[in-house]
Amino acid sequence: MTLVRVENLAKSFRVAERCPGMWGAVRGLVARGYRTIQALDDVSFELSAGELVGYIGPNGAGKSTTVKVLAGILVPDSGRCEVLGRVPWRERRANARDVGVVFGQRTQLWWDLPVAESFDLLREIYAVAPADHRRARGELVEMLDLGGLLNVPVRQLSLGQRMRCDLAAALLHQPPILYLDEPTIGLDAPSKLAVRSFVRTLTRERGVTVILTTHDMDDIEALCQRVILIAHGRVLSNGSLKDLRTQVSRERRLVIDLADPMAEITDPRATITAREGARVTVSFDPDRVAAPELIAQFCARVAIRDLTIESVPIEEIVAQLYRENGAP
Amino acid sequence: MRPYIAVLSANFRMMLQYRAAAFAGAVTQVFWGLIRVMVFEAFYRSSSLVHPMGLDEVVDYVWLGQAMLLLTTFGPDPHIREMIRSGNVAYELTRPTDLYGFWYVRCLAARIAPVILRAVPQLLIAGLFFGLRAPASPASGAAWIASTLAAMLLSAAFGAVISITLLWTISGEGASRFLPAVSWLLSGNIIPLPLFPEWAQGVLNVLPFRGLADTPFRIYMGHIGPGEALLPILHQVVWAAAFVLFGRWLLARAMRRVVVQGG
Repeated sequence: MTLVRVENLAKSFRVAERCPGMWGAVRGLVARGYRTIQALDDVSFELSAGELVGYIGPNGAGKSTTVKVLAGILVPDSGRCEVLGRVPWRERRANARDVGVVFGQRTQLWWDLPVAESFDLLREIYAVAPADHRRARGELVEMLDLGGLLNVPVRQLSLGQRMRCDLAAALLHQPPILYLDEPTIGLDAPSKLAVRSFVRTLTRERGVTVILTTHDMDDIEALCQRVILIAHGRVLSNGSLKDLRTQVSRERRLVIDLADPMAEITDPRATITAREGARVTVSFDPDRVAAPELIAQFCARVAIRDLTIESVPIEEIVAQLYRENGAP
Repeated sequence: MRPYIAVLSANFRMMLQYRAAAFAGAVTQVFWGLIRVMVFEAFYRSSSLVHPMGLDEVVDYVWLGQAMLLLTTFGPDPHIREMIRSGNVAYELTRPTDLYGFWYVRCLAARIAPVILRAVPQLLIAGLFFGLRAPASPASGAAWIASTLAAMLLSAAFGAVISITLLWTISGEGASRFLPAVSWLLSGNIIPLPLFPEWAQGVLNVLPFRGLADTPFRIYMGHIGPGEALLPILHQVVWAAAFVLFGRWLLARAMRRVVVQGG
């Protein structure tokens, strides 16, 4: 079942521009220059119920703009968009009931109030029945381990604690769709893991549909079955991580720890891409030579202490895609 | 209505946290009140004309003005300003609520909580030591309370309009410097409105500012009797409704062109 449908979405912003320096400031008083930024050019995609989709792209690609259109905050210039059969900006309030949003760099909790009071307020705002609220709250408190945080004013929480509370706040009204805009930004490793495992449970056990915007490729690898990559407001790729990889490079890497650091290894079907002491990294194309064959070759010729096969890190793949598409 | 009441009460509790600010504010306002009372005393002693208000009435008027000063001190709501600056306003739009209602309630809490926190001790001190008299009659007192509530609604509606203009101006610095000066003068918080010259009375009576201070004060001291109070209170309510409608219209316009920046 398709929950979210986006077709040929376009949105441009007009931003005032000023030439630098004194003269520019003076000129800006009378004639103001405007520059149009095409945040979304032509974006189309669909989401099915229960999917967890990664939405990635370089800074300024239009990721947050898309999320804001889907949340009903922004009105696009053209294109169509439906969330659960509704046009979000026309029925902003009805849409809001079915959607949870977390913007990683902001908080929706009341800064000066204890977390529990923010939760109570959200119950009133979304008009959730007290029994439903208690149940949802109890589950979220348990899943996110918030027991000790409920009576702490939000301003005293660490970023990781706050993000967990924000996740709970976005889900208290039990929306079927969740937009996560950079939820792991700035978090330490344990907090990132906590957020990831929570999001995984949410989709697997609750069937919540999630769009995850992030720059952290570990988030994507850990969570997403499908990745939509955009740059300059256009969809460059839409498919599984594996497809994304093969689209860019099929290269594999063999990392070899030699017993003798001075030993020479070569093979016409592979290239040495790095050498640090006894550790040699060899790249090869699995279409030209199968990994076992290459390994057998090397083992026959030199003494090897340890050996691992790697794919190109997803970061490099994405960086290369961004580069190819002229991203800054 | 429930979400709005809940938000009103949460904001109210939040404002009540700023007790030190309220105490400092009350002390400053009592100090200024003393100066203003002395200035008016000097004027009245050196003048032999018959004035539209007796000195006793002016003293009451000054103390009420000091106690309710924050109803006429306009600037954008600090929380809304912060939201617009930081972009947190995005979250306000992801709620299934009417944005204007939400913001009006915020402005209302931001007016009521500090005013009550400061007014109660000031009225007590001024009543015990500095010559503030009790309301002219129980009926006057009741009408005064009604009129003060209307003043709060009006003040919040006006404050909401100013907060909404932040969606264009972002900073609001200009408004928070310029507006208090205007509204203090035109509401009677510098010179009681009855002491303004005859030609100004007509204009002052129509403008909304009178409803923020002058109307409830004169009802309190019986300068406007409880029987005549209905029309002035209606004036307050009509202006409050007008600002609510204008604020709604302004916000709807702003939302069509809003750019939630960053992030």
